[in-house]
Amino acid sequence: MARPRVYKTEAIVLKGARMGEADKLLTLYTPHLGLLKAVAKGVCRTRSKMGGHLELLTHSTLMLAQGRNLDIITQCETISSFLPLRADLWRTSCALYAAELVDLLAAENVENRPLFRLLLDTLERLCQAGDGELTLRYFELHLMDYLGYRPELGRCLGCGSELEPVTNLFSPSAGGVLCPHCSQGQPPGRPLSLNALKMMRLLQRGDYATASRVKLRPELASELEGSLRGYITYLLEREVRSAAWLDRLRREASQKGTHPGLEG
Amino acid sequence: MDIGFVPTAQPVGRLIEELNKLPGIGPKSAQRLAYFLLRMSADEARSLAEAILAVKERVILCSECQNITESDPCLICRGDGRDGTTICVVEEPLDILALERTRGYKGLYHVLHGAISPADGVGPDELKIKELLSRLQGRPVAEVILATNPNLEGEATAMYLKGLIAPLGVRVTRLARGLPFGGDLEYADEVTLSRAIEGRQEA
Ligand SMILES: [Zn+2]
Ligand SMILES: [Zn+2]
Repeated sequence: MARPRVYKTEAIVLKGARMGEADKLLTLYTPHLGLLKAVAKGVCRTRSKMGGHLELLTHSTLMLAQGRNLDIITQCETISSFLPLRADLWRTSCALYAAELVDLLAAENVENRPLFRLLLDTLERLCQAGDGELTLRYFELHLMDYLGYRPELGRCLGCGSELEPVTNLFSPSAGGVLCPHCSQGQPPGRPLSLNALKMMRLLQRGDYATASRVKLRPELASELEGSLRGYITYLLEREVRSAAWLDRLRREASQKGTHPGLEG
Repeated sequence: MDIGFVPTAQPVGRLIEELNKLPGIGPKSAQRLAYFLLRMSADEARSLAEAILAVKERVILCSECQNITESDPCLICRGDGRDGTTICVVEEPLDILALERTRGYKGLYHVLHGAISPADGVGPDELKIKELLSRLQGRPVAEVILATNPNLEGEATAMYLKGLIAPLGVRVTRLARGLPFGGDLEYADEVTLSRAIEGRQEA
């Protein structure tokens, strides 16, 4: 989409990298321009009027001017900075993971309003108390959907028959589930228990309010997490770095017998 | 690195390439700097080259606070009249210079050399956190002041450190966050304003 010389947009700040003395190169997600890289001048100075409005994971209204290479942010005002999320390390980390996925998978200059809405909703949901796990699984499944990678969870991708209530195979390379018969001789995937399949369907097809009320046993939660991570890693052909950090926080909390999202 | 067509002698091309690796120096600035250096006298050029080598050869990290120093322990860690029961944790060596300019702090420091940034692959193991925890073992440290930057990565690092240090029975404090001096209230962002209200004091 062509943009005017000076334009206004909403944006969520996904990433910031320092540039020169006090400037920042920001990666933004916008409703009609998709991923957008833009320069914010002087924001690293503590007296900058713009700095706080352009912090990571802030939803702001921006004015931009087209530059020679990169567009330049001329004005900005915060719509929401998701304050409750920032007060908690686990939920901040979950939000950073969501932001990294959007940065890695979304396209520049491609309008994707549902994806923008999903990211915004996810940040708002992470402001609520809870372990955030189902919020992330819902986010991952719908992100795949809006980017054209919706995993098939109804029929076997090998023979087309409806999936039986047994343990099937979740196959990233097939893009969904294979029945036990078709799983033979396929590239490795992960066994998908019936409960995990049901939960994935609920997350994919149901509304968030219903899906997020389900209480997951830890084993089922980590099965879902593992299957979706396998799929995302397959699509990206690399690991998602923030996922390793989430793993570490989970590991350190489990040594204390708890979940990082449920600590005081 | 592609620096475009450079119609020049090979040593100049190499210098441009090296300068281009520096933070904040693009291909254009690298070329300008290279031609500036080319016009320097031989003495000036040698002095610059020696200064660069000297920082690599003579500057080390203090084994106590991890600040950059020429002698180990560093001047601050050895200094008389410094209060060894308080450690102020900062992200970068330059933060120490800023805090020392205030002349208001008499405790010791600890430099993390960065902040947690998951998407960049920077976690606790990439920072001097182990070194900080071992400084707290069996020493009379009463307070750790978390002076990481007031941005998302700095806050995440502070929250993570608090989780590690508070169980050791050490008081953990965070630098006050509020309105910048010389700023206008109307331009303040939501996070700054809400924290300034939380941290208000008797007038
Ligand atoms: Zn089949
Ligand atoms: Zn020292």
